[in-house]
Amino acid sequence: MNFFIKLSKIDRRFIYLFIALVVVLPLIFKPKFPVVVSKPVQDVYDYIEKLPEGSNVLISIDYDAASMPEQQPFLEALLRQLFKNKLKPILIVQWQLGAPLGTMGLEKIAKEMGAVYGVDYINLGYRPGYVAQMVGIGKEIRDYFKVDYKNILLDSFPMMKNVHNYNDIALLVGLEAGSTYLAWIEYAGGRFKQKIALALNAVSAPDAYYFYQSGQIVGLVGGMKGAAEYEVLVDKPDLAVAGMASQSYSHLVIILFIVLGNIAYFIEKGMKNKEGGK
Amino acid sequence: MGTTIGIWIAAGLTLFIYSFLYKDNPFYKFAEHLYVGITAGYWIIYTWAYVIQPMLLDPMIKNKQFILIIPAFFGIIMLTRWFPQISWLSRWSIAFTVGMGAGLGVTGAIQGFILPQVQATLVPLTGFNFETFNNLLIIFGVLTTLIYFYFSKEQKGVLRWGSKIGITFIMVAFGASFGYTVMARISLLIGRIYFLLSDWLKVLR
Repeated sequence: MNFFIKLSKIDRRFIYLFIALVVVLPLIFKPKFPVVVSKPVQDVYDYIEKLPEGSNVLISIDYDAASMPEQQPFLEALLRQLFKNKLKPILIVQWQLGAPLGTMGLEKIAKEMGAVYGVDYINLGYRPGYVAQMVGIGKEIRDYFKVDYKNILLDSFPMMKNVHNYNDIALLVGLEAGSTYLAWIEYAGGRFKQKIALALNAVSAPDAYYFYQSGQIVGLVGGMKGAAEYEVLVDKPDLAVAGMASQSYSHLVIILFIVLGNIAYFIEKGMKNKEGGK
Repeated sequence: MGTTIGIWIAAGLTLFIYSFLYKDNPFYKFAEHLYVGITAGYWIIYTWAYVIQPMLLDPMIKNKQFILIIPAFFGIIMLTRWFPQISWLSRWSIAFTVGMGAGLGVTGAIQGFILPQVQATLVPLTGFNFETFNNLLIIFGVLTTLIYFYFSKEQKGVLRWGSKIGITFIMVAFGASFGYTVMARISLLIGRIYFLLSDWLKVLR
């Protein structure tokens, strides 16, 4: 009894320390942890695998540094798959602060896979007013992106010559930290029937499952766990896979704390009731 | 050399921020203010370099597209909110934004959300298998949740029970959201610790 009462009054800093240890130790000792691929993630992978060679895939960077550990591993895994299958990524940015992250990921993987800028991939950068832009791309992408992120005319790039609107884009992949994905579904999906796949931060992922159930998105990659599954699918385990042991152990510890905290709460409540009864 | 300095700055700032977990301190405050300042500065430069200059100034000055004076005017009068005597001018810009937003929003919501979601609720209930059970659960969940949000009649009898089941579905959804939120926060911690151990301390190979 006393143990639980003491536990309920424990300094929260010990809990932080405990969580930190549970995260650090698996990263150092690397215990083997299976990563089981879920259906929504497998669906994204399979859809891309079936795209014909040379198809354009529009990637929207709708996150910033605060979501980097969740989104960057998926971006890199996705780009590896696209370049391997000779698909052509077109990168656009809706979150200003995400622009360097998108560029960093694209340049890193393009270099690794030997892709050529303007021929195999392109970076169009950021433009303001995402709703108008999403509707506008349905008509002509040049209305919003006359030039790429380095201010070079779009028509000077071979891969962009025949790209005008959603009809020329096989798949839109949104990497999402907020609610921008709702506008993609609403306008690109609802109005122009654009096929969409989403990678969402774990915080937002539960809110998007009903779009997956309704078939409005082809698949869904949720948080670092989803990214880890994707790294397994492209056979290149990286940061997300490395983090899964820490993730699982820390979840177990949090569950343990919740259970212990609740036991302590009910014991304390029972004792107070008893004292009140006297 | 530049990368090493960058890594040390990033590692130091990460530790400054995490020092808040022990207690509020000047190192945390410094990192917090630095972050806010740099973000604001970045926004201003980015907006100038990628929006105002290429989309407004260059087309007007180089290509003589003087029609852009109209959106520029509406943009500038937004700033009149700082001056009480003429702040009413900003309402023109707001009216334009609200009008456009409402127009796009109404059609977008019907095409993008309402119709596809209603369609996704009309699922088959044939056969005795797991899919039928799932479909039944979806229909039951949607109906009872809608009952919970039906406020035009006192919730008694069937409505009361429907509402109680509805709130249970809502609570399950909240639980899932909370679970995912915990996962997200731990992921961020993993990302930072991974950076500290691999890029900074070179402990991970």
